[in-house]
Amino acid sequence: MFKIGEVIEASTSEFTAQCYELHQPPPFGSLVITREGGVEIFGVVSSAATTSIEPGRHPIARGSEEVDEEGIYRSSPQLAKLLRTDFTALVVGHRENERLHHYLPPRPAHIHSFVHMCDPEEVALFNQSLDYLSILVSAQEQADELVAASLRHAAAAHQAPRDFLIKAGKELAVLLGGEINRLNNILRRIKG
Amino acid sequence: MTAETLHNGERRLGIVISGSLTRGVEVRLDGGISVEDIAVGRYVTVEGEKRRFFGMITDIALDAIDQRLMINPPDVSDPFIGEVLSGTSTFGRLHVLPVLTIGSDALSLLEGPQPVKTVPAHFSTVREASEQDVERVFGQVEEKQFYVGTPLDMETKVRLNPAELVMRSSGVFGKTGTGKTFLARLILIGIIQEGAAVNLVFDMHSEYGWEGTSEEGRKVKALKQLFPSKVAVFTLDEENARRRNVSTDFTVEIGYDEVEPDDIAMLHETLGLTDAAVQATYRLARRFGERNWLESFFAIEGREELNELAQSLGEHEATLAALRRRLEMLCRLRFLVPHASENAIQRILESLDRDIHVVLEFGRYGDDIASYILVSNLLTRRIHERYRERMERAMGEDVAKPRPLVITIEEAHKFLNPDISGQAIFGTIAREMRKYNVTLLVIDQRPSGIDDEVMSQLGTKITCLLDDERDIDSVLAGIAGKSELKAVLAKLDSKQQALIFGHAVPMPVVVRTREYGTPESYKEFGFREALERKKKAEEEEGDLWG
Repeated sequence: MFKIGEVIEASTSEFTAQCYELHQPPPFGSLVITREGGVEIFGVVSSAATTSIEPGRHPIARGSEEVDEEGIYRSSPQLAKLLRTDFTALVVGHRENERLHHYLPPRPAHIHSFVHMCDPEEVALFNQSLDYLSILVSAQEQADELVAASLRHAAAAHQAPRDFLIKAGKELAVLLGGEINRLNNILRRIKG
Repeated sequence: MTAETLHNGERRLGIVISGSLTRGVEVRLDGGISVEDIAVGRYVTVEGEKRRFFGMITDIALDAIDQRLMINPPDVSDPFIGEVLSGTSTFGRLHVLPVLTIGSDALSLLEGPQPVKTVPAHFSTVREASEQDVERVFGQVEEKQFYVGTPLDMETKVRLNPAELVMRSSGVFGKTGTGKTFLARLILIGIIQEGAAVNLVFDMHSEYGWEGTSEEGRKVKALKQLFPSKVAVFTLDEENARRRNVSTDFTVEIGYDEVEPDDIAMLHETLGLTDAAVQATYRLARRFGERNWLESFFAIEGREELNELAQSLGEHEATLAALRRRLEMLCRLRFLVPHASENAIQRILESLDRDIHVVLEFGRYGDDIASYILVSNLLTRRIHERYRERMERAMGEDVAKPRPLVITIEEAHKFLNPDISGQAIFGTIAREMRKYNVTLLVIDQRPSGIDDEVMSQLGTKITCLLDDERDIDSVLAGIAGKSELKAVLAKLDSKQQALIFGHAVPMPVVVRTREYGTPESYKEFGFREALERKKKAEEEEGDLWG
């Protein structure tokens, strides 16, 4: 599993991590993992942002003289140190004593816990149950986009992506029984 | 199909979501099952908590979780979206009428299927019935036993229990060209094959005796060819039989002396007789005697003589003149003779007594409904009388009862309609049921024309496609789950399919009637006959040398 960042803010339902590499957050909707003691906590990346490390100082445009965008960083190497990339993941489940649970863990992640990207086997394993979709469907922001992105990632980790998506789609059809428009939106985004 | 949907070879269809005992249960179809694969009339089993239910699909519907989906349909051109929505947001619904329960403990296995007294619990699994289930319900058909056909899409044979069938009157209904005659012939074969009763068939269009014609115009063997030693073909029209190259056993003639006023009363509609004219026949009979009245009436010549007779009887002259004119129409019937050389009734009874089934072909008179009504009523009345006497004697003196007799009549609505069924002998037979061991097999295309009281007495009804609302109502009157069966009946194929319900089957069943007309089918029917003949020959041989 690839280590990608470190938790800097955590609550029961989500955690925020800072990436070790600027501009290299895990993809939107991908599955990441961190831990709290003996409990591994799974999260789905729900947003990512690159900002100045000091809230008061905003980056300014610097590239008018440069030929290409990389040139800006070459001429001002300090920039990479003044910016940071953070991402937030919604907690969708945890693993305790080798057993996967698709609901919230008892405690939030520790600050400074490492965050890893899940490899495809782990993603496929976690997606054997789609009970976590109910958490994503009720996310505060961009829930439909998040569900769709997460399912696209999960499908890529499966040997038969279409079958997986149909199974997930049916799960969604039940979850969104009264919200046909949302269901249609999501289905259009995952049909590939 | 996944392993989950298949269980002992039976496909899982869905789950019970609601219902009631009287209306049947609603079943939500599983996602993987297309409504287009389901058909009304098929059998399903419902796995309840304590027992299994056996029922029939009576309706199929489409449903959606949200009505907005109908108003604003999803992009169905995309197979992915279609597949996701099917079985979740949109789903099929079945209406199942549970009819029997099959218990799983040893006692209930012995007892066999029982009528339902409750419904399966919520979310019970519904599966297609397996061949074994159907067999358990309809009974295993032994090699020599008669079966009428197979349930839709199944191989199991449906046994029509001839003994139960002949115990009460029964009816075969259906529009023209839906195979009533084939079905009736099959049933007659069943009765003959199992020896449940003797048959007397009033064969209007000469289709049951020697050979019949299929819808495609192909000739098919009828009873005499299949059971040569057990069937006698009688005819009213020898010429016609000769032209058709049919050898008949007896030519029926009816003497004037055998026609009673009651027989004429039956014809009042077909001959256009007024009530006064019908009454006059009774007066004539009183005057000239029961056996001589018709001949004496015909013997009167000249207007004056007729007027004299009218005066002495207290009748209006015009009434008698009209009666005379109408009755003369009967004189044209060649089988009606002043004195019959041989008593047809006696011959028929003798045959029946020897277990010989009698088919009376009408030849060219088949198209003349007056002849049919006259002859069938006249013969039946006498035969019924004899049966009645014998039955009463059997009850009193403890002698053997006569063999059950089944009388087959066609175009039954013509003489079982509410106006005359009170007088018609067939109405009496239908009503008094099996008291005298005589029952009817009624073949008709217009069951709504038959008296309700008679219809309600029919024990087993076998019906091909009917599309007139009144006919359907009249056939299904009084049966549990009528509205459900109505849907099934209206959706029958126009060929080779029939809905059977009543005493001879444990539950209503839609059958695909068995093949008839191929050499293999004859062999199947003739199986018993050939075997018995062989056995008899062996016995005789044994007697000869023993």
